[in-house]
Amino acid sequence: MVTAEIGPGKGTDVGALLEDASILKDRVDGINVTDMQSSVMRLGSMAVCHLLRDMEIDAILQVTCRDRNRLALQSDLLSAWVLGIRNVLALTGDHPTLGDHPQAKPVFDLDSVSLLEVIGKLGAGVDVAGNELKGATGFLAGAVVNPGADTEAALDLQIVKMEKKIKAGAQFFQTQAIYDLDQFEKFMKRVEGYRTKILGGVILLKSAGMARFMNKNVAGVFVPEHLIKEMTETKDKVKTSIEIAARLVKGLKDLCHGVHIMAIGWEKRVPQVLDEAGL
Amino acid sequence: MIVAERKPIQEILSMISGLRKILILGCKGCVTVCSAGSEREVMILATIIRMGRKKKDEPIELVERTLVRQCDPEFIDQLSDSIGQFDAVLSMACGVGVNFLADRYPKTIALPAVNTKFYGVAEEQGVWSERCAGCGDCILNLTGGLCPVARCSKGLFNGPCGGSVNGKCEINPDINCVWQLIYDRLKGLNQLDKLDEILPVKDWGVSSHGGPRKIVREDLKI
Repeated sequence: MVTAEIGPGKGTDVGALLEDASILKDRVDGINVTDMQSSVMRLGSMAVCHLLRDMEIDAILQVTCRDRNRLALQSDLLSAWVLGIRNVLALTGDHPTLGDHPQAKPVFDLDSVSLLEVIGKLGAGVDVAGNELKGATGFLAGAVVNPGADTEAALDLQIVKMEKKIKAGAQFFQTQAIYDLDQFEKFMKRVEGYRTKILGGVILLKSAGMARFMNKNVAGVFVPEHLIKEMTETKDKVKTSIEIAARLVKGLKDLCHGVHIMAIGWEKRVPQVLDEAGL
Repeated sequence: MIVAERKPIQEILSMISGLRKILILGCKGCVTVCSAGSEREVMILATIIRMGRKKKDEPIELVERTLVRQCDPEFIDQLSDSIGQFDAVLSMACGVGVNFLADRYPKTIALPAVNTKFYGVAEEQGVWSERCAGCGDCILNLTGGLCPVARCSKGLFNGPCGGSVNGKCEINPDINCVWQLIYDRLKGLNQLDKLDEILPVKDWGVSSHGGPRKIVREDLKI
């Protein structure tokens, strides 16, 4: 199983976004569309997922709890269903202070766990208040987990939350980016036997600077020094980036159920990564 | 206690611009404990206002007074004889005091001299931080006594978000991730099983989102 991800931009121009989607289309099983990633106001995930459906792409609607209360979330989920969207990824969402409207009032009426429960309820034909629906949804619901938590206690906590998400109905997980396969293998051992599917996350490294930036600023992402060195010493950054990503994809596919590739602007390179990884 | 902080002096001066006679009203409750609106802060604010107005050649008459509390009729009604002589009352109590002044004295302008911040503790001399959000339905029995409503930046109920790093919050590395604190504490108390339970979606109707709240205790009414 291979999934990828596209991030809608700021504005109504979807040209480049849909071009990226069409490049990914025949190479992946589904494409996530982010929900105002990094708390930056952008074109919405649901509209773009609908456009992907028109292109016969299996879209995965990312839904965060940041901007909508339980009424809006449920209504959006019903709307997504009637628009033909069949997969949902439930997330907490970044805090608004990290984005481009830092003075906004955050919502977080639900959290990622209760959102998963709500998705299950809508599938069973009732809303969160217990009212019956005329026509239920039937989403495949997913969630995220960060296997690279910084400390043992932080990892314990990630696993506690992952267990709750499974109990709440998460049928698949997409992980934060993984660069250390040994560490990921240990994580997979800890969650062995969990009744869910896990897709290991891969972010294409564009430069050594990006790796250092992520190490410093992105929760749970750790790019080991040897990969940073490879990116520093290479004469062809794109080629090396693709090689590293392909190695990770190869390693991950044997450790878990698939991969989730976050190209962050380098969507055009994803087919090359998959070619090199033999997928 | 309710923790407050005095507003910037320029904001206060602009609020009272054109007013000639003002009562600066302190409170011996929470704002005295957190050094925002005690007798001493009333005196300091009066001195600064006098200086500011003198500089602009617009002298002002200020009366300084501090009540035991501004949130109780027993004390706020002590102003009834004298309040008519003032153009406005500049209250150094929390927002509750300003509201109660406005409720009790319809013809008096009531102005806030402090920003009311949160329900919190004095961590050390000169440092206060938030502990309770007054959400109306306490769940501290389930979270090791540490509040995710007040102390998680997102108010999450079922564990940390993905932004928790090394026990710190994604919005600021100086803020502890309360879910990490809850986990560490429950582990220490041998109560980690409390985390297995999915907490139900919160009823915000009993918090301020359900409209202004009121408690009536028939047993105490006279």
